[in-house]
Amino acid sequence: MLIEIKNIKKVFKSDGTETIALKDVSFSIEKGEFVAIVGPSGSGKSTLMHILGCLVVPTTGQYFFEGRDVSKLSEEELAEIRRKKIGFVFQQFNLLPRATVLRNVELPLIYSGMPRDKRKEIVKKTLKAAAFPSEFLYHLSNQLSGGMMQRVAIARALINDPLLILADEPTGNLDSKTGEEVLRTFEELNQAGRTIILVTHERYIAERAQRIISLKDGEIASDVRNHKEKVVEEIKE
Amino acid sequence: MRISDLFYEAFSALYTNKLRSGLTILGIVIGIGSVITMLSVGQGAKNSIENQIQSMGSNLVIVVPGAMRTFSPMAGARGGAQTLTLKDSQAILKEVEGVLALSPVVYKNYQVVAGKKNTRTQIVGTGASFLEIRNYQIDTGAFFTEKQVENMARVAVLGSTVKEDLFGNSVSPIGKTIKINGIIFKVIGVTKPKGGMTALEDDIVIVPVSVVQKLFSGDEYLNAIIIKGDSPGAIESIKSQVTTLLLKRHNIKSSEMADFSVVTQEDMLSMAGSVTQVMTILLTSIAAISLVVGGIGIMNMMMTSVSERTKEIGLRKAIGAKRREIGLQFLIEAVMLTFVGGLVGVLLGIVVSFGITFFTGLTTKISLFSIILALSISSVIGIIFGYWPAQKAARLDPIEALRYE
Repeated sequence: MLIEIKNIKKVFKSDGTETIALKDVSFSIEKGEFVAIVGPSGSGKSTLMHILGCLVVPTTGQYFFEGRDVSKLSEEELAEIRRKKIGFVFQQFNLLPRATVLRNVELPLIYSGMPRDKRKEIVKKTLKAAAFPSEFLYHLSNQLSGGMMQRVAIARALINDPLLILADEPTGNLDSKTGEEVLRTFEELNQAGRTIILVTHERYIAERAQRIISLKDGEIASDVRNHKEKVVEEIKE
Repeated sequence: MRISDLFYEAFSALYTNKLRSGLTILGIVIGIGSVITMLSVGQGAKNSIENQIQSMGSNLVIVVPGAMRTFSPMAGARGGAQTLTLKDSQAILKEVEGVLALSPVVYKNYQVVAGKKNTRTQIVGTGASFLEIRNYQIDTGAFFTEKQVENMARVAVLGSTVKEDLFGNSVSPIGKTIKINGIIFKVIGVTKPKGGMTALEDDIVIVPVSVVQKLFSGDEYLNAIIIKGDSPGAIESIKSQVTTLLLKRHNIKSSEMADFSVVTQEDMLSMAGSVTQVMTILLTSIAAISLVVGGIGIMNMMMTSVSERTKEIGLRKAIGAKRREIGLQFLIEAVMLTFVGGLVGVLLGIVVSFGITFFTGLTTKISLFSIILALSISSVIGIIFGYWPAQKAARLDPIEALRYE
């Protein structure tokens, strides 16, 4: 089991008013799964993704990542997990502007302390895995098309060989054709054994995953296996 | 994260914003440039004064009339009190121990004429040992003797500048006559140029003191008595012996009421030193203000940079950058800016100092110390004014930073 969350609750406080983003969420994800988290805005899916991505800790509840309880870790310890085990893909790509593709993709390697001379080889290999043509290695990231940018971002997420890829609306800023290509890349990565969690509000994108967790008002509305054979498994709260 | 990568990240962030980085460091460049220039002017002034004092000769004690309030190494023109006489000078030579030689000195400024040429210069009336005491050397001819002083011989020894002004380079002046204030003197010698920082020491005519007193001033008084001690160790003892002797001779009870001053070269150096030090402090503090202004400029730019790059900081944090790594990167960026500003400022300061020497003739001296000081100051400014922006960047919440538009 890669991920197990138990009774996660997240409350935000601002100016004395409390907002409950997640009420009581529990589920687990096996290694090699391709899971989509769907829900309308305000459903708590972003918060859930941030917790799964070790960007924040839950207010109460437990989060086991690889069997280790990470729900009480400090900011610096969380950073350590993120750099080694988790790769992020964002809707807006979040590439360093005016930096080359190489620099963008190698950035996580820099933070994990890999020597300069070893980095380039790995970057090339990973770009290939993300279906990015390696002759654009020295192009500036802001000169690329959206689809290319997202491939760079996927390569960056893969570079440290993470256990988990977290993609937050990865196709949201792409046209349907390039979006489709990016989704296919995720599928290929998943077939190669990578665990992927995809957060989206588009139902048809979520359909591409093997399992769909729907959130509503900070709670799980449904958790279904989405095999081609349509084996549906409803989980009643 | 490797230190070299940290520096590279900082460098490339600054390099992507070349123009802005360049404009931001201008404040530091100007600040450090002025610190270097000011220090070099101060140091140069100090050196040239020290050189003048050293070039007067060694182991000297100088007695001048009047109470000493301030000192200028060009003490020739001080007058006012007339208290020292030739008899004082003879008494010192006779009674004070450790005196190697002694010159009574009278200074006057007169027009000197030779044929059709004339120059206004300083006439120094003194004794035969002046040459040795003041480190002059004879180029051609000879210096006058004690005998000639006693006999009031109308002979003159020319400084190299005066010789050039009156006789040019080719003609030998030995045996020729010159008129000083209308009185005819025979030129018997020319001194070698002393060079030095100012040409003043070569712009003189040296004549026997007895002649000056008899024909020009008509009295017994002296402008100074220059005493040469036989060793550096004897100087302080000579100073106190001379003070005691002259107080007795002038019938003065307390040394605070003395109508003369006894000064060693050491005293002159410290007096000159304190003057130049005040000047240096004053000039440098003005430069320091510009550095603070430059530092605030750096802080301003770093603050803008942190705001602008909030999203980037969020991304760096998301992919595993720690607070310390983010903070350090921004701190290094600030220090790089100020350090490079410092380097350019040092170069600017050196260029300006040379310019000052070239255009005004003022001596400037760039010391290694001032360069190291300037570079350290600029780095420290980077740390001080970069710290707060770096902290701001380090403390950003990754989620909020990623959402920042």
